[in-house]
Amino acid sequence: MSIELLEVRKAFGDKEILTGFSLTIKDGETLSIIGYSGAGKSVTLKHIIGLMRADSGTVHVDGMDVGAMDRSALTELRRNVGYVFQFAALFDSMTIGENVAMGLLRIPDMDEEEIRARVHECLSLVDLNDVHDRYPSEMSGGMKKRAGLARAIATGPKYLLYDEPTTGLDPVTVKVIDRLNIRMKEELGVTGVVITHDMDSAYRISDRIAMLYDGKMRAVGTVEEIRTSEDPLVRAFVEGRPELMEGMS
Amino acid sequence: MTHPLLTPIQSVGRATLALVRASGQGGYLAAGAVRALKNVDIWAPHISTQMYKIGVASVPIAMFVATFTGIVLALQASYTLTGGVPEYFVGTLVGKTMILELGPVLTGLALAGRVGASIAAELGTMRVTEQIDALETLAYDPLAYLVVPRVVAGVLMFPVVVALAISIGVVAGWVTSMGLLDMGSPQFVKGLKIFFDPFDVTFAMIKSVSFGLIVTGVGSFFGFHTMGGAEGVGHATTRTVVVSTMLILVLDAFWAAVLL
Repeated sequence: MSIELLEVRKAFGDKEILTGFSLTIKDGETLSIIGYSGAGKSVTLKHIIGLMRADSGTVHVDGMDVGAMDRSALTELRRNVGYVFQFAALFDSMTIGENVAMGLLRIPDMDEEEIRARVHECLSLVDLNDVHDRYPSEMSGGMKKRAGLARAIATGPKYLLYDEPTTGLDPVTVKVIDRLNIRMKEELGVTGVVITHDMDSAYRISDRIAMLYDGKMRAVGTVEEIRTSEDPLVRAFVEGRPELMEGMS
Repeated sequence: MTHPLLTPIQSVGRATLALVRASGQGGYLAAGAVRALKNVDIWAPHISTQMYKIGVASVPIAMFVATFTGIVLALQASYTLTGGVPEYFVGTLVGKTMILELGPVLTGLALAGRVGASIAAELGTMRVTEQIDALETLAYDPLAYLVVPRVVAGVLMFPVVVALAISIGVVAGWVTSMGLLDMGSPQFVKGLKIFFDPFDVTFAMIKSVSFGLIVTGVGSFFGFHTMGGAEGVGHATTRTVVVSTMLILVLDAFWAAVLL
């Protein structure tokens, strides 16, 4: 077991986002979290990497309680975790090359030549060539997203957390990102947690899929189990059929 | 429905809570920034850039303010000191006022607008676009990366800019005295020297260091705690200028009461 969330509760003011959410993500698997907008999916990811702390409940990564970590322990944890932000979150005062190199600069014993080669390699992996010296403002949304992915994988993390990695991308780029995701898992054994609304992509890349609803786990299972779920809420979401939810409270 | 009499009480209660919360957050940020000082490898590479942005780039506005302050001080001193008061007191008044008060305070206020607002807007934009979160996920301490270099640069460069502003203000007063008041240079210099105390310069430098700390610290605080997109960045910038201005004036009175 590599990541374990147990009875996690999180509220912002009076609004409770996570209401006792539990989930286990096994080593080496890719788990997609699906759910309606505002269900708390991004909040869940931020708990795993310690950007947010639970009001109650625990989050364990590799057996260590993230909520109890001090800054230096969190820094150590984050060396092993890559995070792909929903809107890329690239540093707009830096070039794309400098953005991708940021995490590498924190690795001791890595010289300039190695960093440059690794940056080039990661940008090539996401089909971004010749953008090293461009600024984020000079790139499209899809290109920024891919650059954000390149930055996240640059340090060779053990875990990759993706916040809607394919939203807003063209179908070809979606496939490129999905292939990269599968490759990260199969070749490097990376454990992936993917937030997505794109069910085709979720079916392609996931070992398991979990649905978050009303701050709790609604369903979790293999791709086949979710695809054939009898739960009207799950079916409504995965089939994109709101009429299945009619009459439900 | 709330009783009408409760509304002002609730407002006071909310304002008190907000003040307590802000004080707690400020203390937490300050403690974090002090702890982050040990991460020299993260903040040191950015010091020279911040010293340029905060110090060197502020010289034109500081010179502009100081020049006109020096001119006005000389003219008003000449207007005020009539009758039996020796003319060379114009030099005394220009020197003392520029060094003790107007040099540090007017420069501090001008830099609260230029430097403080810029820091709040920059960090606020980084906060709302998740760039600060991204720094954390890349194993950087954002306080070491963003706050420490700005505050250290402010503490180092404010005294330099203030010293320059004082010098420019005195020179402007001196030129005005010779050009518009028919005073000789020796007279102005005599007035300047007669009550000069080296402690005055120390006093001005202590004040400017504290103003540098306040302006960069307040800008960092509001930038770091920005919420709510572009509007939030606007609020953070405005609050930075207002709070920095108030704290500069309070500190000015504090130092005068403690050190003079």
